[in-house]
Amino acid sequence: MSTLTEAVRTSTSGARNRRRAGRVRTSGSRALPAYYWMVWPAVIAFAAFHTIPVLVGIFFSFTNYAGYGDWSFVGLANYINLVKDDLVLAAYGFSFLFAIVATILTNVISLAIALGLNAKIRARNFWRGVYFVPYVLAILVIGYVFQFLFSNSLPKILSDIPLFRDNILTNPDWAWTAIVGLAVWQACAFSIIIYLSGLQTIPPELYEAASLDGASPWRQFGAITFPLISAFFTINVVLSLKSFLQVFDPIVALTNGGPGTSTESVTLLVFRGGFSGGEFAYQTANAVIFFIVITIVSLVQFRVLQRREADI
Amino acid sequence: MTTATNVLAEAEVTAPRPRRRRRRAVESDDTRKTNWWATALIAVCSLTVLIPLYLAVVVALKSPEQLAAGNGFEWPNPVRWENFADAWERTAFPQALVNTSLITVGSVVFTLLTSSVVAYALARNSHRRFFKGVFFYFLAALFIPFPIIMLPLVKQTSLLGLDNQIGMILLYTIFGISLNIFIYSAYIRSIPIELEEAARVDGASTWRVFWQIVFPLLTPINATVGILTCVWAWNDFIMPLVVLTDPAARTIPLAQYVFQGQYNIDTTTAFASYLMAMAPLLIVYIFSQRWVISGVTRGSIK
Repeated sequence: MSTLTEAVRTSTSGARNRRRAGRVRTSGSRALPAYYWMVWPAVIAFAAFHTIPVLVGIFFSFTNYAGYGDWSFVGLANYINLVKDDLVLAAYGFSFLFAIVATILTNVISLAIALGLNAKIRARNFWRGVYFVPYVLAILVIGYVFQFLFSNSLPKILSDIPLFRDNILTNPDWAWTAIVGLAVWQACAFSIIIYLSGLQTIPPELYEAASLDGASPWRQFGAITFPLISAFFTINVVLSLKSFLQVFDPIVALTNGGPGTSTESVTLLVFRGGFSGGEFAYQTANAVIFFIVITIVSLVQFRVLQRREADI
Repeated sequence: MTTATNVLAEAEVTAPRPRRRRRRAVESDDTRKTNWWATALIAVCSLTVLIPLYLAVVVALKSPEQLAAGNGFEWPNPVRWENFADAWERTAFPQALVNTSLITVGSVVFTLLTSSVVAYALARNSHRRFFKGVFFYFLAALFIPFPIIMLPLVKQTSLLGLDNQIGMILLYTIFGISLNIFIYSAYIRSIPIELEEAARVDGASTWRVFWQIVFPLLTPINATVGILTCVWAWNDFIMPLVVLTDPAARTIPLAQYVFQGQYNIDTTTAFASYLMAMAPLLIVYIFSQRWVISGVTRGSIK
């Protein structure tokens, strides 16, 4: 996921090497046949198992196919109905609310913890190891442990707080916060590592100079740390929002979309309607819209965050 | 889609480039005073990670009566080990373990063998239009959410008879390509081309150059790609859920899902099975912790 940063990062230096490679090997404009043999199988396999399903999906989104039996073209009817469907709108509402809150929390918490782990602390490598543990756990499985925590332990431990006493997972208004808790708990592991690698790129001399000038820790953070890791911030925010929008596992583990449909995300809706609800075409149309929405959101975020980076 | 990747690339132009020399200096001769406040805070915050794990362990060791009596956090007395034996049988754990191991090992091996070759060809020919086009074609797929592929993919895999472990290996390898060539090609471009040219002068073919010279040099990035693929394939839930049809092909997360779905399960037995589901990767991680973290970090920045 966040490996994106590396590739993007080095692709800027890659340009230099590429030019050199071009200069060294100038013989002819066609590559050696072996290179084509290296690439074609992957292109064909990728087209067959990724691109064709995408195109088939887009095709069926203009039909009334239920997943079985006959079908016929219905034009844009699916898309028009989607916009009027309260269940779909609610799923988008939930997905966005969830993704925005989870993105903010993940980034604030993991940046804070990364700062702590980057400070000179005792047993630093041990703590780094501990904070990365959630990454290697299947979120579905650890999610069941959280489910027990929310529905059995917390009602007994926090019996004075009505929200927890009555099991937060059965509360249509607040169940989503429990899902945020679980998702953030896991997502932080990776974000912390990304921020930590970002922090390690900052030369310590800058802090020495700043503290000689009498800058407070807060000011050092605002004037040195944050600007210098803003590229990592951009990557983390864009990637977290994109993956939180597609939330699935934590919901299945905690509420299964309930109570009612109050925690149903778009992915869960597509999965349910598409496989067991006989809405193959309809939910595929939903997925196509979802794709457009995610792409637009990611691009807008990049533009905005990038401009902010440039201003510094 | 190409605009998307351009944006990606532009966003990083301003990024500071890490200084390896400096980082090493920070780690070895860090003369700062130990920050006890930070140490304490980090220790306290780490409880949020450790408490759910503790809960998983103690509940798995209780009898249903002990569980009903308390809030779940008490240490069980006496410890009930039979939960593990029950869970072992009721979730058909050995079978799920074999399936998951097979899928994970297969995916990692195939991913390393194929993604690296593709990335090599793309990186060394990135000035040629065909290869550049292929690169962006793969990259564009990073923006396509899984739900859009999900429904047609299921039809396709069952039609082709790939709704099994082999199919899963194939899918993880293919779907991983987008990200992996991205990780690989950046690294390959930093390998001096002179080595390869020397081998060519000695008469080595392109394939031979790749396997004998380039591939061994890729070890650090192979580790990164291997770790990411391993964790993904081992823990993934949604893809096995939609693709696998035969109950005998169930992976570990899928087995937990089915188990949880059955009405009237004992919570304690369920927890024993969760613990067994989390254990293999957790144990591997504990023993290779530093190596895993540095591998992932290398993948994220270089």
